[in-house]
Amino acid sequence: MPGQKYKVVYIEDNGTAHTVDVAEGWSLMEGAVKHLIPGIDADCGGACACATCQVYVAPGWEDKLPPKSDMEETMLDFAPDVRPNSRLSCQLRMSAALDGIVLNLPKSQH
Amino acid sequence: MSEKVVIIGAGQAGAQAVQSLRAEGFTGAITMLGDEAFPPYQRPPLSKAYLLGSFERPRLFLKADAYYPEAGCELLLNTSAKAIHRADRAVELTDGRKLPYDKLLLTTGARVRRLKCPGADLPGVHYLKTIADVDGLQEAFRAGARIAIVGGGYIGLEVAAVGAKRGLDVTVFEAMDRLMARAVSPELSAFYAAEHEKAGVKLKLRTGVEAFEGNGKVEAVIAGGERYSADIVLVGIGVIPCDELAVQAGLASEDGIVVDQNARTGDPHIWAAGDCTRHVGREGHYIRLECVQNAIDQAKHAALAMVGKPKTYSEVPWFWSDQYDLKLQIAGLARPTDTLVLRGKPEARKFAVFHLRDGAVAAVEAVNAAPEYMIGKKLVAEGKKIAAETLADTAIPMKQMA
Repeated sequence: MPGQKYKVVYIEDNGTAHTVDVAEGWSLMEGAVKHLIPGIDADCGGACACATCQVYVAPGWEDKLPPKSDMEETMLDFAPDVRPNSRLSCQLRMSAALDGIVLNLPKSQH
Repeated sequence: MSEKVVIIGAGQAGAQAVQSLRAEGFTGAITMLGDEAFPPYQRPPLSKAYLLGSFERPRLFLKADAYYPEAGCELLLNTSAKAIHRADRAVELTDGRKLPYDKLLLTTGARVRRLKCPGADLPGVHYLKTIADVDGLQEAFRAGARIAIVGGGYIGLEVAAVGAKRGLDVTVFEAMDRLMARAVSPELSAFYAAEHEKAGVKLKLRTGVEAFEGNGKVEAVIAGGERYSADIVLVGIGVIPCDELAVQAGLASEDGIVVDQNARTGDPHIWAAGDCTRHVGREGHYIRLECVQNAIDQAKHAALAMVGKPKTYSEVPWFWSDQYDLKLQIAGLARPTDTLVLRGKPEARKFAVFHLRDGAVAAVEAVNAAPEYMIGKKLVAEGKKIAAETLADTAIPMKQMA
């Protein structure tokens, strides 16, 4: 439903958790930026051109996400401290299936 | 007493400077003023998803409104500076107020270059630089309308692509003999010309616009001696750096406020960043860049210098353009004398053109080819030498070249 909002939990590297509402269709990067969550830089504003919006997807949520595109895969190669559960949050769209998703943030995006 | 920073210009560079100043530990006062009604927003989507209607306005803003008070940044919108009084270290606003500063950052950006031909002031002749520009264009930008686009650069072609997608009858007039001549190689120009024609866009190359005609509003374009009927006109013929305040204050400007590799002007209390500047690029000569990358990176470097942690700005410039389902990503600055190497097949709509200079990768243009772009950017940064045959061989993954 357009305008519908769902919960996202962003957890900073120091353990601080932020639970916020993100509108359907918005990217999880946008959700973090609009709520001033520290730890997401998103230099390019979501054009998948900078790899500065990396997140670590909490266990149990990875399977609910669409697979990585070639572009995301390659951009991630250039992000620091990449792990198997790394994603670029600008490429993840909010939807009912992701209501409550937990994302851990890296120490630094650069 | 706490230091005062004033930032003139509330765009991408200004917003980045606020963020970087705070991240670098600046604890003084920050005031940022902008002449538009909106807090800093992303301009790239304006000619793409925002015009298409698939990206609503709230998503354009770089920060939440609450960010500025939280960051201790006083944001003055609809506010213009009239003069910089360097001796008093104060910015005079058009409303007469004076803002004292210890450090001043100019992120004034650029304004659109306007056509001066007969009829250029007719209603229906649009430019595209701001939210208000796009909002003003939307009503007439509807299926069936005939749009004449003047200028076959990034803006003109992105609007052409959106127009074709939305069912407009699109004609692009370009004075040069190829599209995006200032920004991309002839190979890319030819590829994009074919793509636009495939989408039904009519391209008039080597065709300068001489005049607009119309009764109360634009009805036709006179170009190359011919008359073309049009319901709307969109002019995208480049931008001019907003350097007036700097020039009036006696700062050096040569088609861009001159700054060093720490984004500093000739005045030790004044810095400048983004589209409004001319700086010494990583290749050692003065360049002027109009792009998000420069706005972000130069603003970061200005902030570093302002807090006493100067670092040389030598990042590789990068650019992107979305037209149809084609994502063009460019890293580095090409020169006409570079040796071009094609990797992949343009007909597959996934390929890259590498630019070699003295055997080293100097620039890359990638179409729907993220590995080529990302790894190419790294190769450019390192000035890595790679044989043309190797680059061209798609059997060798890009990763192996890094």
